[in-house]
Amino acid sequence: MAMLVTCPNCGPREVEELRCAGEVTHRPQHAPSVRELNEYVYFRGNVAGVHREWWFCRACEDWFLAERDTVTNEVSRTWLPEAPAESTAGVSPPAGVTPPDVDIPL
Amino acid sequence: MRLEPQPHERIDRARSVTFTFQGRIVEGFEGDTLASALFASGQRIFSRSFKYHRRRGLLCCSGHCANCQMTVDGIPNVRVCTTPIRQGASVKGQNVVGSLQRDLMAVTDKLGGPFTPPGFYYKTFIRPRKLWPLYEKVLRNAAGLGKLDKHGAREERFDVEYRHVDTVVVGGGQAGLEAALDAARQGRSVIVVEEGPEAGGSLLADREGAAVARELAAQARQAGVEILAPAIAIGLFEQGLVPVAHGNLLLKIRAHDVVVAGGIVEQPLVFPGNDLVGVMLPDAVRRLVNYWSIRPGERAVVLTVDDRGLRAAEDLEEAGVQVAEVVDFRRHAPGIVSAVGHKGFVTGVQLDLRTVKCDLLVMGGSPQPNYKLLAQAGARVEFDASRGIFVPTDLPAYVQAVGAAAGDVGDPAVPEPVLGSYGGKSFVCFCEDQSVKDLRYAIAEGFDSIELSKRYTTVTMGPCQGRLCHVNSIRLFASTTGLDENTIGTTTARPPHTPVPLGLLAGPPHEPAKRTSLHHRHKDLGGTMMWTGAWRRPHSYGPNAGEEAQNVHRALGLIDVSTLGKILVVGPEAGAFLDRIYPNRFSDLKVGRIRYGVITSDGGRIMDDGTVARLDEEQFYVTTTSTGADAVYQWLTWWNAVWHMNVQFSNVTGALAAVNVAGPHSRTLMERVSSDDFSNEGLSYLDARHVTVAGVPTLALRIGFVGELGYELHFPSPHGEFVWDTLLELGADLGVRPFGLEPQRILRLEKGHVIIGQDTDSESNLLEAAMPWLVKSDKPDFVGKWAVEQVAERGLRWMLVGFESPRGAMPLEGGQVVVDGRSSGRVTSVRRSAELGKVIGLAVVPAELAVDGGRFDVRVGDSLESMVVHLGAFFDPAGEKLKA
Repeated sequence: MAMLVTCPNCGPREVEELRCAGEVTHRPQHAPSVRELNEYVYFRGNVAGVHREWWFCRACEDWFLAERDTVTNEVSRTWLPEAPAESTAGVSPPAGVTPPDVDIPL
Repeated sequence: MRLEPQPHERIDRARSVTFTFQGRIVEGFEGDTLASALFASGQRIFSRSFKYHRRRGLLCCSGHCANCQMTVDGIPNVRVCTTPIRQGASVKGQNVVGSLQRDLMAVTDKLGGPFTPPGFYYKTFIRPRKLWPLYEKVLRNAAGLGKLDKHGAREERFDVEYRHVDTVVVGGGQAGLEAALDAARQGRSVIVVEEGPEAGGSLLADREGAAVARELAAQARQAGVEILAPAIAIGLFEQGLVPVAHGNLLLKIRAHDVVVAGGIVEQPLVFPGNDLVGVMLPDAVRRLVNYWSIRPGERAVVLTVDDRGLRAAEDLEEAGVQVAEVVDFRRHAPGIVSAVGHKGFVTGVQLDLRTVKCDLLVMGGSPQPNYKLLAQAGARVEFDASRGIFVPTDLPAYVQAVGAAAGDVGDPAVPEPVLGSYGGKSFVCFCEDQSVKDLRYAIAEGFDSIELSKRYTTVTMGPCQGRLCHVNSIRLFASTTGLDENTIGTTTARPPHTPVPLGLLAGPPHEPAKRTSLHHRHKDLGGTMMWTGAWRRPHSYGPNAGEEAQNVHRALGLIDVSTLGKILVVGPEAGAFLDRIYPNRFSDLKVGRIRYGVITSDGGRIMDDGTVARLDEEQFYVTTTSTGADAVYQWLTWWNAVWHMNVQFSNVTGALAAVNVAGPHSRTLMERVSSDDFSNEGLSYLDARHVTVAGVPTLALRIGFVGELGYELHFPSPHGEFVWDTLLELGADLGVRPFGLEPQRILRLEKGHVIIGQDTDSESNLLEAAMPWLVKSDKPDFVGKWAVEQVAERGLRWMLVGFESPRGAMPLEGGQVVVDGRSSGRVTSVRRSAELGKVIGLAVVPAELAVDGGRFDVRVGDSLESMVVHLGAFFDPAGEKLKA
């Protein structure tokens, strides 16, 4: 990755100044089965093409969403998650689009 | 060897420079390269080839090929044709047994041929199998490039610099300089990246061109263009990122537009003996004559597909070389070309049925546009059959190609892919010693895709990165298989465009270090500093950490805990937010009270722990582990990016210093430094109060990680040293002493307190880490709820328990727990407690052993030692000291 990503607050930034936190996942609405929980926690779409993902800007310390082509690294759109319009696309509140449970280095 | 002084030459004859070459002293001039000085001194053999150890001389003289790679001052694989002469340099040939002149391994060339087809050693040396390591060792020594001296550690500093400009021009030849000048005159900021020692490109190889080049470069500089030379554009990445190697500096240039003006790469012609010493490319000859005033031979034959060869012939005549014959392929292409040699040197060339004697054979093959960077950036490459070259098309929007790199190379003749078929080896790939025969052999074996054949034969995979071989190999492929070049396609262009030292890519050894505001006090007090994450913290202040811990039990200790993460969570929904994040509840926490909390993920993994204090109705003060501050901050803000609750977060980790005052005399000390009420009623266990300590506004948290009565004081970090000094001064008669991280680890283990990441791992969960009391299952949801419910449902397999070592044996942390002869868990922490007079620890053991008095074995050295489970704290299990 060597591209610029446009933080909605800070404008175009070198990718090193941001943290990509992986693709957007959908948190189950109700208590999931073991399989459903594992799918939510561990499985990712890993598409070759455009997908939505979470980014964290280390400059303004804000989270935003991006649409990135995983093949070309072209970031077509970035936006701050707005409640509730964006987060309810396809899912119902309050869970909505939730951060994936990726490993945060502790 | 040198010609009479010429007006356009680049050498300064008044300034002599000497260096050693294989022990011999070589003299050159300022302005020479190592190669030109060597050539002028009579040296003709510059390397031995990769596989056959054939003699190789200068070929391109422009940094493209691998023929002149030598070891310079211990650095292997240096292209001496572009390396400026350096006083005192030590230059050696490489890949030889003996010397460049007499290489004992040259026997492989004689035996070679029929016995060394592609992949021969994998076919030939397979039996007996167990001898392969030996074969491999011999083969690795026989073939290869320069060797790194294992003991020759060098110290060199590499740096990275970030630059932002409007336009980057790669290539400082005529087209590049003109494009740069154009852009600069439009008010754009421009950097030109030129591989050679100065801008000018192929103009410099021209008698009249040199002056033109200097004039252009001067104009460009005047217009504000920055010219980097010698500098290599390593690659061309997304959105105009051009990493440039400029000496020991890696420039990461981000440009709005990138102009590629890389010129051409002269291609060799393919005929028997095309690698003999004395066979050279036209520009190489012209550089020798015009740059460095060297006569490259006595009698020359020139083969050429375009004007480049004619110009070389003119220069040679001017230099007093007898040009025996010029063969212009546009007028007549000979059917057979075969170089004749003696002991590796060219002595003549057969042209159809005639043989012409010469000691210099100039081969001007196709002028291939240097498109590799363009291809890396995503351009498509098309074969132009009428000119015998690949031309870049479909450039990305931000990239432009100009001049010869764009395909502007006139109308060269198209030579046959192979000229002549008998005689010696016809090389397609010089770097990897791959001949026409080898490639055809590979195709016949079924490697009929160019990418497969490339990997099998390694053609295009040598140090020249395909510059001198990819056109010829693809054309040979086409003529052999009957496919056309566009169907075959080119191999993938990958960075680096030109090999660069790894040090450059690794960059300078930046290791960020975080220091607390008390850092210098720790050093003054004799603290041994250690790394904890990015923090520097005192391990202990003397040789005896146990004694430091004992002082906390007996009297009074101070520890700098400024490294704790500190996050303010503020807002009407702050309590509700924390209820969703933590397994336990905070909305019902009373103002001025503290509760312990553990953060888990939805997968159930324990991520971090700390205390949460409620400062007022809408304000919570969350502390995290020392290394977890940033991650927890991101975790909290991340969830709220989804939930959009009415909460604000403020990371005050660096803004506040924190000191834990612990020990039986801590209350006495606090009463001396503060007029606030520190009595047990005024500030009870797990109370949080705003107080004033030594005149400094402070948040006092009464908590007890180390097990004795204690106060964690959080206050603005600029006052760190003042508060610390005051505490030490006023506590002197109470026996106050600082204690480090190691004594703290002993003290916390006595209390059975867990360190996240030490006593837990990615498999740990709240139930098996023995923290079930934290889980409030009656809450409708919290992060990690489902996972912990599922663990409860499947039943507990493991349990984190305390243990004692009855015989005092000291297991290693990480040591195996053994039950019934089987590995069943591990020791996570272990220390000797002077206070308890015991070796104690924490271990993950099978759940059924998690009962007081349960026994398990741990391997200590060669024997198994029995350990006894101890549930709860070892020290002050009822917490009487904490609450007193």
